[in-house]
Amino acid sequence: MVTAFTYSLSSWRGTTQEEFVGLGNFIHLFTTEPYRTQVPRAFGHNMLLFAGAMVVQNSLGLFLATVLHRRERFKRLFQVLYTMPYLVSPLVIGYLWSLLLSPLFGPVNAALRAVGLDSLALPWLGDPSTALWVVVLVTAWQWVGFPLLVYGAALGGLDPSLDEAAELDGATARQRFFHVTLPLLTPVIGTVSVLTFIGAMESFPIPYALGGSTGSPAGATDVMSLLFYRTAFQSGSSNAIGTSSAIAILLFLIIFGFSVLFTRWFRRTEKRLF
Amino acid sequence: MPSEMTANTPALPPTVSLEALAGASDETGFSHRRAARRRPRGPAALLTSGMLWLYAAVAAMPLLTMVLNSFRTNNELATDPLGLPADPSLAAYQEAWIEASFSTYFVNSIVVTVASVLLSTVVSLLAAYALARSRSRLLAVVEQVFISGLMMPVFLMIVPIFYLMDSLSLVSTRTGLILVYAAVSIPFSVFVLTTFFRQLPAELEEAACIDGAGPLRLFWSVMLPLVRPAVATVIVFRFVPIWNDFFYPLILIRDRTKYTLPVGLTTFFGEYQTSWATLFAGLVIATVPLVVLFLAATRQIITGLTAGMGK
Repeated sequence: MVTAFTYSLSSWRGTTQEEFVGLGNFIHLFTTEPYRTQVPRAFGHNMLLFAGAMVVQNSLGLFLATVLHRRERFKRLFQVLYTMPYLVSPLVIGYLWSLLLSPLFGPVNAALRAVGLDSLALPWLGDPSTALWVVVLVTAWQWVGFPLLVYGAALGGLDPSLDEAAELDGATARQRFFHVTLPLLTPVIGTVSVLTFIGAMESFPIPYALGGSTGSPAGATDVMSLLFYRTAFQSGSSNAIGTSSAIAILLFLIIFGFSVLFTRWFRRTEKRLF
Repeated sequence: MPSEMTANTPALPPTVSLEALAGASDETGFSHRRAARRRPRGPAALLTSGMLWLYAAVAAMPLLTMVLNSFRTNNELATDPLGLPADPSLAAYQEAWIEASFSTYFVNSIVVTVASVLLSTVVSLLAAYALARSRSRLLAVVEQVFISGLMMPVFLMIVPIFYLMDSLSLVSTRTGLILVYAAVSIPFSVFVLTTFFRQLPAELEEAACIDGAGPLRLFWSVMLPLVRPAVATVIVFRFVPIWNDFFYPLILIRDRTKYTLPVGLTTFFGEYQTSWATLFAGLVIATVPLVVLFLAATRQIITGLTAGMGK
């Protein structure tokens, strides 16, 4: 890590470290093309991935975990089914969806046509306006098993007498969920959120499989990790190491900073609640 | 538990239902909830059941399609994208395995994954035992250094690792990849194993010492059998990400004969773009070992995934 820091603070000619340039590489990232447009764009896409994961994957995971927690029949079967995509390689998942969504023979579009939704049978991955949403949804689809298992374990660890007491006091199922269960889950929600954030920021295989290393179409699926990879190993620029190390440091600082903020915020919320 | 159960099953005499309950209880320990299923199921229950099955279909269909389509031919896929394999053929597998050199990738993946998991587990076991049993300040610092590796972001490490490997002429070798994977696995393995060793009572070792066991015998015959569940967890939990990883080989391996399955997949998808059935077969080949592992170690996976999460 120290090595990477010194790399980012130096200028490079090929593989030889030349001189100390301080924050020069970072300034370079924000002032010269193509980085000036690509860094904020990629970061925006990462943030959207995170937001999408929080909304789709974590709420769905929590919902499914809550429903499963209360039932017995086929519980194990559902758990295994929901967790399956999570155990498959993200690269395989990315390629699988690129095949499923293919405009030529993709079963997804064929199924949409079969049920009369011809207007929805689009080249989902070819259109810059929908491609990123595909990345978001595919990522969420794969990862649902993670919040499901974590929330499932947390729900199993809660004291059932609190829920029963609320039920005796006449609270409806919805009230019990939002005013008893959810506050009790705050610490776990915090952990899941931080891990989701790190996952979204470091996301690499799925965007790579769905959009290639350039984030096609037209950079619509570009993320920080792809930008880093291109800069470090494909750009051929003589200062590739300096610039890419600066991207890596920037990414690390973002992840570290946000994680600390999240953790603090969730701790405070926890204190306020109890 | 018995009171709750009798309240919900008034028709059965307590002794009978107790037995039924004991027989029916599974290893998840949620047996007391079994009583709930005897309640009449209203429309709300049917609705949630429906949603569970719907999402089960959403989760399973794409993977099922992957397997089914790998047994079809390109022609079938083009004319009828939604069909089932009318005449299951293994041609796609043959093409992927032989012509697209999946056999090479597969062997590389197995060698790299098994060797790096073994290496990191052995090193971590020895380190963890020493760390867990020592009271020295210095070793406490060493432990922190080990654990701090858990927070190392891969993008920060990769460029220095690349130049390190380059200077050792280990770029494009399986040995290099094995060493890198073993190194990045050690923090996690040491962390899990140290925690586990600390929970074992020191009396066991003292007793073995009195019986005349030397340090090696103590480690091998007393401690190792006790930490076996933790070792299983560590092995499973390093196997899956290393098997699936494609970032390190993408950067560290330049020679196609040394590719592991995931990097092999990326070039394969470029070259076989129009041979869809073969692509599906390639995806299945890359996934099958994980399915085998999952079936063999479901419990380790579930407990490991949720370790330390439930309060």
